[in-house]
Amino acid sequence: MIKKVRKHIVQNEPLIFERSSPGKNGYQLPTLDVPEVDPAAALGAENVRREIEGFPEVSEVDVIRHFTRLSTWNYAIDLGLYPLGSCTMKYNPRVNELVARLEGLAWAHPYQPEALAQGALRVMQRLESALLEITGMDAITLQPAAGAHGELTGILLVRALLESRGNPRKKILIPDSAHGTNPATAAIAGYAVENIRSNDQGLIDLEALSQSVTEDVGALMVTNPNTLGVFEENIVEAVDILHAKGALVYMDGANMNALAGVARPGDFGIDVMHLNLHKTFSTPHGGGGPGGGPVAVKQIFAPFLPVPCLKANGEQLTLDYDRPQSIGKVRAFYGNFGVLVRALAYILAHGGDGLRNATIDAVMNANYIRHKLAPYFDLPYPRPNMHEVVFSDDRQSRKGIRTGDIAKRLIDYGFHPYTVSFPLIVHGALMIEPTETESKLELDLFIDAMIDICKEIEETPDLVTKAPHDTRTTRVDEVAAARKPVLRWTPGS
Amino acid sequence: MLAACGMQAREELFAHLPKDVVLKSPLNLPPGISEYEIVEYFQARAAENASYPSFLGAGVYRHYRPVVVDTVVSRGEFLTSYTPYQAEIAQGTLTTIFEFQTMICQLTGMDVANASMYDGSTAVPEAAMMAARVTGRNRILAARTVHPEYRAVLRTFARHQGMPVEEFAYDSKTGGIDLADLESRLNKQTAAVIIQSPNFFGIVEQVNAAAELAHKFGALLIFVFTEAVSLGLLEPPASADIVAGELQSFAISPSYGGPFAGIIAAKEKFIRQMPGRLVGQSVDTKGNRAFCLTLATREQHIRREKATSNICTNQALIALMATVFMTLYGKEGLRELALQNLSKAHYLGGKLKPRFSGPYFNEFVAVPNQPPDEVNRQLLERKIIGGLPLGRFYPELAGGVLLCATEMTRRSEMDVAVTVFQA
Repeated sequence: MIKKVRKHIVQNEPLIFERSSPGKNGYQLPTLDVPEVDPAAALGAENVRREIEGFPEVSEVDVIRHFTRLSTWNYAIDLGLYPLGSCTMKYNPRVNELVARLEGLAWAHPYQPEALAQGALRVMQRLESALLEITGMDAITLQPAAGAHGELTGILLVRALLESRGNPRKKILIPDSAHGTNPATAAIAGYAVENIRSNDQGLIDLEALSQSVTEDVGALMVTNPNTLGVFEENIVEAVDILHAKGALVYMDGANMNALAGVARPGDFGIDVMHLNLHKTFSTPHGGGGPGGGPVAVKQIFAPFLPVPCLKANGEQLTLDYDRPQSIGKVRAFYGNFGVLVRALAYILAHGGDGLRNATIDAVMNANYIRHKLAPYFDLPYPRPNMHEVVFSDDRQSRKGIRTGDIAKRLIDYGFHPYTVSFPLIVHGALMIEPTETESKLELDLFIDAMIDICKEIEETPDLVTKAPHDTRTTRVDEVAAARKPVLRWTPGS
Repeated sequence: MLAACGMQAREELFAHLPKDVVLKSPLNLPPGISEYEIVEYFQARAAENASYPSFLGAGVYRHYRPVVVDTVVSRGEFLTSYTPYQAEIAQGTLTTIFEFQTMICQLTGMDVANASMYDGSTAVPEAAMMAARVTGRNRILAARTVHPEYRAVLRTFARHQGMPVEEFAYDSKTGGIDLADLESRLNKQTAAVIIQSPNFFGIVEQVNAAAELAHKFGALLIFVFTEAVSLGLLEPPASADIVAGELQSFAISPSYGGPFAGIIAAKEKFIRQMPGRLVGQSVDTKGNRAFCLTLATREQHIRREKATSNICTNQALIALMATVFMTLYGKEGLRELALQNLSKAHYLGGKLKPRFSGPYFNEFVAVPNQPPDEVNRQLLERKIIGGLPLGRFYPELAGGVLLCATEMTRRSEMDVAVTVFQA
């Protein structure tokens, strides 16, 4: 029985261009207090455009109704559990939004004199030191704008260190369970990618690793806990294998929500890592960004960090550009500062104990789901799990029902699906990450929904394969979208 | 819940971790604080930053943010949703991105636009790599009048792509690109020519002439913009092949440099080489119009090391701010806003005699009688933040200051600046 939702009326809404009518507008500007300039005279007639063809003409209330109606077509954390594995969809505290909008922070210009930006610099310094304590690393840059951007920065740091030792090497080793961004990143940093097969426990195979680590290997990119939600128990041994050959270890920190306050990558030998502030540290995903991807490193990498770095000059903080070995800039200015503010607010609210408690709750929630659903779904790697659990659709697929179908049916039950068909090493994966946000009440609703769907697979499989039924939009023809791409509105379309 | 997992104590959850890996002592962080104390902490930090009227531009502009923008982006359905992979319950986000892509095309004169990049600076190397893939060439020619930080980011990423970046000069009289220098550096290995307009000095560049030269050698023209409001008045760069820009001017607060939203737009034929996410129109099983992420075979989660880019998370919510802004101002409003910017800057420029003779939009270089730092110190005494001293990025222009005036700049502030500049 579907308990979490029932149908209600949803507003229709055309595209904004279809709502447009000539002469309407939703803006006000003050009266110009200087003489109006003739654009053709000031810019040259050839440089002045005609009207922006097709641009909307709508009133303020049109704008509010348009976007409010569209918003109701979205699922969101604010509506309930969002169990996307490896995405850490946790509650986004609203105080974080308020403080990021304080005038002195939101209107600070990146080029205003440092003496007039001490507040912003102190926020960055406080966040830097907190993140170093949480990760057990020595130095950090807050410049990268997201996780993949952090990965690229991190691999460029690896390359810079190796170059300074005389040989940048050629290859990056990446486990077959890795996020797709890892191989893409290594390629952009100019490295060849070699995949490392996991063992039958879903862990790095130390023997295979030893054979792969040659003088050509620059680094291993590892996610820990890995994408199965399993802690790489041999991580210290793996690090030793790499270090013995002069290679380095990069950690993708996407799953740091399993470790904060419990274990520190710096303590288990990681050389370079990134954090996803929009995962572990609660800054909102916003439908796909903005994020924050700070990169924390061991001391040996510090000279290579992107410029500028924060530096204390007596009481004053300053931005240090005089770093001759730096890899350069990876982004203009100093990073997604507004995201940094939100992440610091989260850390201040939690404190050390609070971070640890959040981690424990996140791991407990994942274990609870695992134990409740294990009788119904195949668990391909039955290792103890951390903050997420990965099932396969092995049993269901024998009845012709795939993980993607179950995911779509979950939507009818009022939930966002889990991560579908990832990691690739699990055939037909269901990757579930509940986060610490969820109460037992919400988890039980989810568990009941999953069990009900298992019954439907036995009794009424059509209900599952044709799901979702109750959404305003049913399954979208993605093949047609890709075959003949329509990527913009045109009049009459 | 622990009991359901067959455990008695929470610590058992971590019993399987190797002993030497588990943290021995608690994190050395202060205890958590209340909401009130958090607000108080950040209010204190905000107060340490000056919030004065300012003549700073240089890639980050002070424009009024209509109230409705934050009303929309504060809706939990937009704020707290993930990337719209599950199209059935993400039509809100998908529709707004489709509208965003459309408006970026209308604004820039391009055929296709992606769902956003991190910012303008990172859009530039992505555009350069795209041009290298399209042309099968590797040399990049970037104008010295492109934002210095954008060029720095380009250098960082080009270094390991086997993509040498060479810079070409500006005309010391007009402040625009030196077409002769550009032509002398173009050759059959050139993948792209990168120009910015209005350029870092605020000068409107000769886009068509640059495009003609680039195309003569089989290279692409990448057009960069940092001041999106200029597109309310300026001819769209239709002769360019790829446009890489920054939308901060569209209701995105300066926020000490981010988060902003970058864009990449291009001619239709380059669509398969675009980086980042794209939303396309389709239908659902009932025949209703519906949107979904599309052409994902370009992207990292499918193609892995063969992807067009490693970008995953982008700047969706910030792009939504820009979408709401473009919708509110619309056809007439963006033009009027641009006209106000032009008029303010030319009021100031009329009194300060710009260093360069090329046409300018809302920024220009001026050379005060005293050193820039001294001028800025005197302005600060009057609670005004002066312009950007150029010596840091252009040693040959060390006596110059880059000044910006927007619709938020008052005539009275400009009159004060004129007095100080002429002292």
